[in-house]
Order: sequence, then C-alpha cells, then structure tokens
Amino acid sequence: MFSTRNFNRSKPVLFILILFPSLVWAYQFVTGNLGVNPIEKLMDELGLMALRLIIITLMITTLSNIKPLKSIVVLRRMIGLFAFYYVCLHFSTYIVLDHFLDMKFIIQDIIKRPFITFGFISFLFLIPLASTSTNNMIKRLGFKLWKKIHYLIYPVAILASMHFYVLVRADKTEPVIYMGIIILLLLHRIFKRLTRPQLAQ
Amino acid sequence: MKILGSEITPYRTYLNRRKFIKGSLASAMLATVTSSAFANHDSDLSIYTKNLNENDKLNSYEEITTYNNFYEFGTHKKHPHLNSGNFKPRPWTIKIDGLVKKPQTFDLEKILSNVTIEDRVYRLRCVEAWSMVIPWQGFQLSELIKMAEPLSSAKYVQFVTVFRPEEMPGQQKRTIIWPYREGLRMDEAMNPLTILATGLYGHEMPNQNGAPIRLVVPWKYGFKSIKSIVEIRFLDTQPETSWETLAPWEYGFYANVNPNVNHPRWSQGTERRIGEFKRRETLMFNGYEKEVAHLYRDLDLTKFY
Repeated sequence: MFSTRNFNRSKPVLFILILFPSLVWAYQFVTGNLGVNPIEKLMDELGLMALRLIIITLMITTLSNIKPLKSIVVLRRMIGLFAFYYVCLHFSTYIVLDHFLDMKFIIQDIIKRPFITFGFISFLFLIPLASTSTNNMIKRLGFKLWKKIHYLIYPVAILASMHFYVLVRADKTEPVIYMGIIILLLLHRIFKRLTRPQLAQ
Repeated sequence: MKILGSEITPYRTYLNRRKFIKGSLASAMLATVTSSAFANHDSDLSIYTKNLNENDKLNSYEEITTYNNFYEFGTHKKHPHLNSGNFKPRPWTIKIDGLVKKPQTFDLEKILSNVTIEDRVYRLRCVEAWSMVIPWQGFQLSELIKMAEPLSSAKYVQFVTVFRPEEMPGQQKRTIIWPYREGLRMDEAMNPLTILATGLYGHEMPNQNGAPIRLVVPWKYGFKSIKSIVEIRFLDTQPETSWETLAPWEYGFYANVNPNVNHPRWSQGTERRIGEFKRRETLMFNGYEKEVAHLYRDLDLTKFY
C-alpha cells in the first residue's frame, strides 16, 4: 500500500526528472548538438514529450482505481502542468524558431492545415485546464464545475494524438500506439461509468 | 546548370585522383586531426564552390550523410546512416527492359567505363520543406539511355530500387510497397540536368545516400531521385510510382518543386535550408526554371503536381 505521503515524497524527484529533458534539449540546441535539423528535432522532442505526459495523466486516473495505488492521483496535477509546459515550449518553437513570428503565415497554417489545427485546438483546450489547476480554483468553481472543465483533457488527448498521426508520412506505428492507449483508457472510463451502481436516484 | 569543364574526367581517373588526394591529405591530417571523421571529404572545397550560385553554400558531408529519407533503412532521418552498414553495393548490375531494342543486364562497372563522370552541384529540395546543396559526381542519364537503345514507342522511364530486406531492415516492414519505384517522362529523363550519381564530395556514394548509383533530378522533390537502382524499364504509358500509389492526393507523378502548389498538409512556399536558421523562399522548379520550364508549357501544374 502506497500512501499519499509516499507519493508526495516522490514529487521533487519526479519534478526534476520531467523537467530535465527540456533543459538538456535547450542546452543541446544552444550548443549546436541537436543534429542536422535542430529546430525540427527540438519541436518533435517537445511535442512527443507533451503527448506522453498527457497520456500519463490519463493513466494516473485509471491506476488510482487500483486500491493500493489510490493515492497516486496526487501526482496528476504536477504531470498535467508539465504537459502544458512542454506544449507551450513546442508551440513557441513553432512560432518563434520555425516561422520567425511570421504571423500571417502562421495563421494561414493553423486554419488551412488539419494537423496544425488539431494541435492548436489541443493547445487552446489545455489553457483552461492549466489555469484552473490550483486548490483555490477548485474551491471557487466548485468541484462539479471544475470537474466538467477538466473533461477537456479527453479532446486534448485525442486531438494531440491525431496531430501526431497526420504529421507522420508513412510509418504510423508510433502514433497508432498512442491512439490505442488513449482509446483503451477512455473505454475503461466508459465501462466504469456504465457498471457503476446507481446511487441516489 | 553548373558543370566545370575541367572536372569532366573518366570515372577511373576520377576515383584514382581522389584516392591520391585523400591519401596524401589523410597522412597529413593524422598528425593533427583525430576527431572529425568527415574532414577529409570537405578538405578540397574549391572545385565545388566554383560551381555554386551566389546565394548557396555547400552542405557538409556530415549533414548530407546523416540526415536522409531512405525508408529502406528506416523512417527516421538518422536511420539510413545508422542502419545501412550491412548493405553491399558491389557487385552491382542494372537490368534494362521494356521497350528497348534488346533487354539486357549491365554490370555497373561496364556502364561506368562508357560514361564520363562530372561534378554537379545541385540544390536538393525535399517535399518535407527542407533543402540542401550537394556536390554530386555522376553522369547524364541520357548517356545510359543511349546505351539502352529504347524504341521510339518508349515515352516513359521507370526505375526500381533493389529489394534486399536482409540488408535493408526498413524493407522488413511494409511502410511502403517494396520495391520503391519512380518514373520520368522521356524528355525529363533526357534533360541534361538529370543525372545518375555515383558519388558525392568525391567519395563513392555512401550507402545511406543510395549506393552505388542513384537518380538526381534537381528540379523535382527529393523522392523522385530514386536510390540504389537495379532496374530501368522503358514504357509507353505513365508508370506507377511509390509515393503516388501510397497517397495520390498528396504526391503526384510530376512532383516538380513549386512554391505555389502546397502539399495538403503543409506549405511549399518556404523551406529550411539545412544549416540555416531562417526559412527561405522556395524557388520555382527549385531554381532551375530556365533549364526545365519549357518541358511543362502545356501542363496545368496545379492538376499535375
């Protein structure tokens, strides 16, 4: 049985572990060690990390259904915020480094290209999640409304994996694996809801 | 078109001279350089830089050989460099068939003894909106076509890449339908810009770049420039090509570099030149408009992309 305290104690370590890759990539980018096409590489790594973290937050909820892991849910907020952190870095790499703030081009790109549209909407939906992540916000909004807002994580995850799927030219294995995991996690939630004993009618 | 008359040399002499240059340089460098494995290939840049347009700079040997699309060795850009070590580019033959006087199989050595190897510095523009400038060595495809003696009914040329899943791990997975196939219209194939390349930076063609012999069609997106060719067919109808078969709404038979016709998933208006920070404008026909625009005078390039 892992207690809330166990999980809380692991937070500083997790924090450094999840932050670390971004520091390494930033360092490699600045020192010119990110390969032959560093901007593309940076964007890919940041985006992939963000997608993985989003999936992990979904997994945490599922894992917390297992009795001994019930308290793992205390890690979810931090990982969710890190997902947002990586999405922001990913998006700003696209805007600043890839397109040099050419806003006319970027707006066209977002409207015209489905994979950029998916990614952009996914990013937009993450903003209310990140900005209502504090305890104070939960209190102010009330748990019910807060929870409703946070259902946005489902479209976020689906759009983010589609963003990746459409981007890949031929070998879709990796995006399909991510999509599969997301679908399984969602199915589990639906199943749970359907089989839940009806409480007060 | 950029060719240096003084660099037109028979293949044997070319390689021998290169070996001599490399040998003498290598011994000179052993004492000083230990880190850069690629240094000896860009040591004598002057012959290539004379061929450059003023806005272009050569990409390094390292850039050209570690960032490749060659799905036969895997779908990541670094895979061809990492996974092509077991590929054996010699001995090599090319089968010539279809509408020719006499179908036959040529030894690569035999072809090379009948052609003149020249330096060609070309821009390469990938359909994924990145580009490089590469100093190739090769000969005009038209020379081989003359050797093949096609019939007058031949209107198209099809090329086929080798299929060796045991040496090319990417072929063990059905990412695309193997073997890779490409094609050109006869007039495109005969255009003096179109070459079969056998080397780059004076070095025999590295495996990851399409050893031992590949097509280079500089005004078309990179995927047209098929690598490791084992068969050339002459046809009277437009041949199937790999990417067009896979996604015809995204990749056409012509695949001319065209900043005005976007790929459905991304813009073709700009490109990232490998090694540069800011994107540059993509040029019509990759900057070879003068040499090739006449081939497409009667073609609607938005339909035949």
